[in-house]
Amino acid sequence: MIDTSTMGLIQVEEDVKILPPNIIITSFDKIINWGRLSSLWPTTFGLACCAIEMMATGASHYDFDRFGIIFRGSPRQADCVIVAGTVTKKMAPIVRRVYDQIPEPRYVVAMGSCACTGGVFRTYSTVQGCDSFLPVDVYIPGCPPRPETLLEGMMMLQEKIRNERARWSPWR
Amino acid sequence: MAVTEVRITVYPAGINPKEIAEKVKEKFPDQVVEVAEFRDQVSVIVKKGQSAAILRYLHDDPFLSLDHLQDLTAVDYLNKKDIRFEVVYNLYSMKYRHAIRIRAQVPENDLKISSVVPIWEGADWHERECFDMFGIDFIGHPDLRRILMPEDWEGHPLRKDYPLKGPEFDKDWPGFTDVIKRSKELREFEWEG
Repeated sequence: MIDTSTMGLIQVEEDVKILPPNIIITSFDKIINWGRLSSLWPTTFGLACCAIEMMATGASHYDFDRFGIIFRGSPRQADCVIVAGTVTKKMAPIVRRVYDQIPEPRYVVAMGSCACTGGVFRTYSTVQGCDSFLPVDVYIPGCPPRPETLLEGMMMLQEKIRNERARWSPWR
Repeated sequence: MAVTEVRITVYPAGINPKEIAEKVKEKFPDQVVEVAEFRDQVSVIVKKGQSAAILRYLHDDPFLSLDHLQDLTAVDYLNKKDIRFEVVYNLYSMKYRHAIRIRAQVPENDLKISSVVPIWEGADWHERECFDMFGIDFIGHPDLRRILMPEDWEGHPLRKDYPLKGPEFDKDWPGFTDVIKRSKELREFEWEG
């Protein structure tokens, strides 16, 4: 039996009590995940031609802002990183350093064939998929992916965040 | 109303590249190996010993005035020619609008050639790239370091005998293997969703 005396319930008629206005009951998971997925700030980090497509997605025609996705110039105030383009071996330590500076909870989106698998660049200088040194959440195929594909990928990431349970600390 | 007078000096159209090749041949008879022509583009293949002097002559001669180095690169003729490398200079004259290509032969056992940075300042990064990709040493270059690959990279990737996929995985560039190692170490600090 729930003690309702301290909740400030309002009796509207016989045996019917309602919550006062502006009080919402929800779970921590739901409200925190909703907050995270509604303002997903990727750090600005373009590596190759996929970055052009990412910029096009950010511009007014496709409009990332309507999802609350706003590019942030600093990884320390960002929530995710979109690895947009070919990751060369020389660039890999810098990509990793950018990722290391993002505060938890953080997400990685591998955009384009090159970031996913190395793409056509099966060569000495190219990393064969950035998942060799980053924990990737969403893989977006395409060379480069259309802005719609990138939007779909970010919506899949939002869906993933929405279904997370108790991601509040490293110790759970 | 003020009148602005614009004077444009129009120089005569450039001379035929074949004639430039003839001039080089006349001036340095024992240095020119061959004059090759393909689709109206003339290449003068020269020995590398006097290459800087030939290029200095082409740059300084008032009737040639090849003052613009369009490109400097190298070609690896492994198993195709006796002398393995050729350094290619594409020259152009802004004044007369004519062009010529000079190719200097560099044998594999003596990978050295004079730098042309004293002649064309812009050759600096081209020669660094050439050194990076082919391992050709440019004598007299002010700052000959790798330009594209990491400084501790082993090998010269644009050589024909360099494996396309790079060295074996266990002999990979240490800068990259370190990143993979560190990413595994830092895995324990990730928040698992």
